[in-house]
Amino acid sequence: MHQPTIIQARHQLKEKKYSAVELLDAVYKRIDVVDGKVKAYIHLTRDIAHRQAEEADQKLAAGEDAPLLGVPIALKDLICMKGTHTTCASHILENFVSPYDATVVKRLKEAGAVLIGKTNMDEFAMGSSNENSYFHVTKNPWDLNHVPGGSSGGSGAAVAANECMGALGSDTGGSIRQPAAFCGITGLKPTYGRVSRFGLVAFASSFDQIGPMTKTAEDAAILMNVIGGHDPMDSTSADVPLPDFTAALSNDVKGLKVGIPKEYFGKGLNADIEKTVLEAIKTLESMGMQAVEVSLPHTEYAVAAYYILACAEASANLSRYDGVKYGYRSEHADNLMDMYTNTREEGFGEEVKRRILLGTFVLSSGYYDAYYLKGQKARTLIKQDFEEAYKKCDLMVGPIAPAPAFKLGEKLDDPLQMYLSDIFTISANLAGIPAMSIPCGQSKDNLPIGLQLMGKHFDEETLLNVAHRYQHTTDHHLQHPTL
Amino acid sequence: MSSDSFDIEKIALLARLKLTDEEKTRLGRQFAGILEHIDRLNQLDTENVEPTSHVLPLQNVFREDEVKQTFEDGKYLPLAPRQDKEHYEVPQIL
Repeated sequence: MHQPTIIQARHQLKEKKYSAVELLDAVYKRIDVVDGKVKAYIHLTRDIAHRQAEEADQKLAAGEDAPLLGVPIALKDLICMKGTHTTCASHILENFVSPYDATVVKRLKEAGAVLIGKTNMDEFAMGSSNENSYFHVTKNPWDLNHVPGGSSGGSGAAVAANECMGALGSDTGGSIRQPAAFCGITGLKPTYGRVSRFGLVAFASSFDQIGPMTKTAEDAAILMNVIGGHDPMDSTSADVPLPDFTAALSNDVKGLKVGIPKEYFGKGLNADIEKTVLEAIKTLESMGMQAVEVSLPHTEYAVAAYYILACAEASANLSRYDGVKYGYRSEHADNLMDMYTNTREEGFGEEVKRRILLGTFVLSSGYYDAYYLKGQKARTLIKQDFEEAYKKCDLMVGPIAPAPAFKLGEKLDDPLQMYLSDIFTISANLAGIPAMSIPCGQSKDNLPIGLQLMGKHFDEETLLNVAHRYQHTTDHHLQHPTL
Repeated sequence: MSSDSFDIEKIALLARLKLTDEEKTRLGRQFAGILEHIDRLNQLDTENVEPTSHVLPLQNVFREDEVKQTFEDGKYLPLAPRQDKEHYEVPQIL
């Protein structure tokens, strides 16, 4: 079977070129052939998916329709789906079976999606390479010696390797956009509050946001229409109207002002990335947009502020893993304190421990003002940078990462270097703005390069619109890895 | 603020983590580098800057206190690593 996008699959299902069950079988066959190499998935949900595909076929036969009827979609393994494992790629949740559906899963099911499996990730979404998974390391489908990025690397690799039509990821500091860039696909981190976090296992609650990872901007818009919108079950979900994102795709982009943040170029930026991103900006200009230089002067402080605040929130969120109510419990303890400490020592991987410790430290008595409060004030300055910049432009563009996908193991022993590779994605999470990655070319070594589009609060429409028009003009998103 | 102040034993206890000696050494070394990077925030004058804890202007979210069944009965206790039919089991506390 050809490699359909979501929109193509929808048309072909409606035209009865194949059934939902046939499409599902073809996707699982593809997984059987390539996932031994790519290792994008932790669990496949074959039985559930089969039932959903059969149901979709019945509905299709009855002439019913729904936005994702019969379309195979994958979920990052920190999104709860009732009756299936949700491991967060952690030993501590290895045997956890979700007793309920996340709101996004409920909405996907209502839209007729066929949910085929749970994708690999860095443990508790902490990492930029997928090497922090308890289970296995996902490989970049473009070069199996390179990382797929992280933390949504399994979702990124699954889409790139055509092991699903689209996937959901989550983005706390770049975890949708960076693997999307590394794997040559489209990924959108919505505005904070746009998509419900109910049923998303928490990492850093003031940053976490679920979003689509797809082959095209058009597919991302379809998924956003389904998963977006207010949810009373998430008190931080924004009660603002949800636009029709697919309707926004055909808007005119002529005259849009594209801000180029000068701090995102120059020192430390890989030459292939710089050249490719500058070419993409030229393309946007040729499409009638106007490039203007803007400044985000506090960019160099973003990584420091982020790791204080995200780790602080993580240390609080992950205190729930105590071996009592669910998850792993150590067998080696005869009193309560040892049970807690041994459970957490045995259950968490090293990166998770590192961040819990850092977060505990910055919140501890005597250090709160110097670190946590200082980080919150730096966050204000970074947010104000964006407010100032958006006075001069409608959206901003720049690189996603300082370099293309790095080699497996390359940054594993140096956590600070790994953190610093998030420099261009983290600010969007600190400011809460929407941002996306779209393919804009390849490096000399044939690794994909992503273009970052950053928007104003709740203006995913402009990002999807520009991305869609760019994908009409270019064919970078049509390149596929050979496996 | 200096990174020398990082007492890994004390922090591990607060975080309810039992670290091996090898982990203490390695993580301690890594924290020195990470905190050195973080200390660059001291270059910023934040005297008159308000802290941001949340990017959206959210106030308390209220709703009517309606009685309804959020989750199915009997689905949660069995998730515990140790339980009997009515309660969670933990090691001796006193």
